Amino acid sequence: MRFGIVRFPGSNCDEDAFHAAADALGEEAVFLWHKDHDLQGADVVLLPGGFSYGDYLRAGAIARFSPIMREVAAHAERGGPVLGICNGFQILCEAGLLPGALLRNVEQCFICEQVRVRVENAGTIFTSGYEQGQILRLPIAHGEGRFTGDDALLDRLESNGQVAFRYVNAAGEPTEAANPNGSMRNIAGLVSERGNVLGMMPHPERAVDAVLGSTDGLALFESLLARVGA
Amino acid sequence: MSRFRVAVHIVPRRGILDPQGKAVADALHTLGFAAVREVRVGRHVVIDVDAADRDEADRAARAMCERLLANPVTEDFEIASVAAQPASPGAPARSPDAANAAAGVR
Repeated sequence: MRFGIVRFPGSNCDEDAFHAAADALGEEAVFLWHKDHDLQGADVVLLPGGFSYGDYLRAGAIARFSPIMREVAAHAERGGPVLGICNGFQILCEAGLLPGALLRNVEQCFICEQVRVRVENAGTIFTSGYEQGQILRLPIAHGEGRFTGDDALLDRLESNGQVAFRYVNAAGEPTEAANPNGSMRNIAGLVSERGNVLGMMPHPERAVDAVLGSTDGLALFESLLARVGA
Repeated sequence: MSRFRVAVHIVPRRGILDPQGKAVADALHTLGFAAVREVRVGRHVVIDVDAADRDEADRAARAMCERLLANPVTEDFEIASVAAQPASPGAPARSPDAANAAAGVR
C-alpha cells in the first residue's frame, strides 16, 4: 500500500508521517509536492501537521487552494482514503471535505501535551484496529483545534457515527476538564459522511514508537492497511 | 478602469465563543469601562482593486470574502468602505486613513 504525504510550505510533521507509514507500518510512502497535480498512485493521501502558509488568514485557509488539493478532492470523491492530521484536519475543514471549523483554542495558547481520546466509532477504515470505546494516549500540538459547528451539524455527526475520537479523562468520560481546547462535544476527530476522510487534531503518527511515549497511534495505520491495502 | 480601496471587516459570528473578545472585554472592565457589554475581535482587510465602478469593486470584494477572506461557518463580514483611488502609475498608495476620510468613513 502506498501513502502519499502532501508537503505544503510550512508542513512540519511530514517526516513523522513518513516514518509511521514506511518504518513503523513497513509500507511504501512518497512525498507529494503541493504544487503538483499528481498523487503518484497513492492509495491513501495524508495531509500532515504543521503551519502551512504560516497559518496566515486562518489555519489551512490558503493551503486548501494549493494545486494538489484539486486531486485530493477528486481522490476523496472517488471514495479514496484521506487522512488529515492537525493542520491537515484544518485544511480539510477549510476545503469543505469535512464539515465544521477549527478555531483558536479556548485558552488562547498553543498546547503541546499528551491527551486521552476515546475511540467513538471503531467501524471506520481508520479505526477498525481499535476496540469500540478504547482509550488512547496521543500527543496534541496545536493553537487552533477548537472544533466548532452549529447544533444541527453536531447532532448529525453524532447520529451518523461520524465522531471518530473524543477527548476524555482517565475514566473515559468526556468531561470539560479533559477537553484541552474547548472543542464542541469534546470532538477530537471526525470522518466524512462516506467515512473515507478522517480529520483529527491528535497525532497518531507521533505515537508509533514506545521510546516516544506511546504506540497507540500505530493501530490507525494498521487499520488502513487491513481495510485499504488488502 | 478605476482603482478603489475596499476595506472589509470580518468578525466572529454572534453565538460563536470568542475568547479573545471576552478577554479584551474583561480587561476593559478592569480599566473602568464598565459600560462595555460585549467585544468581538476580528480582522480588518484593505484591498486595492481595479474595477469599472464602485459597485463592481464592492461585488468583487464580496466574492473574495465568500471564497477566502471569511469562513462562512464561523465568521460574518461587511464591506466597511469603498473609496476611489488615484490610479496614476507609480503614484504612492494613499494611507487607509486618508482613503477613509475621502470616503467619509471614520
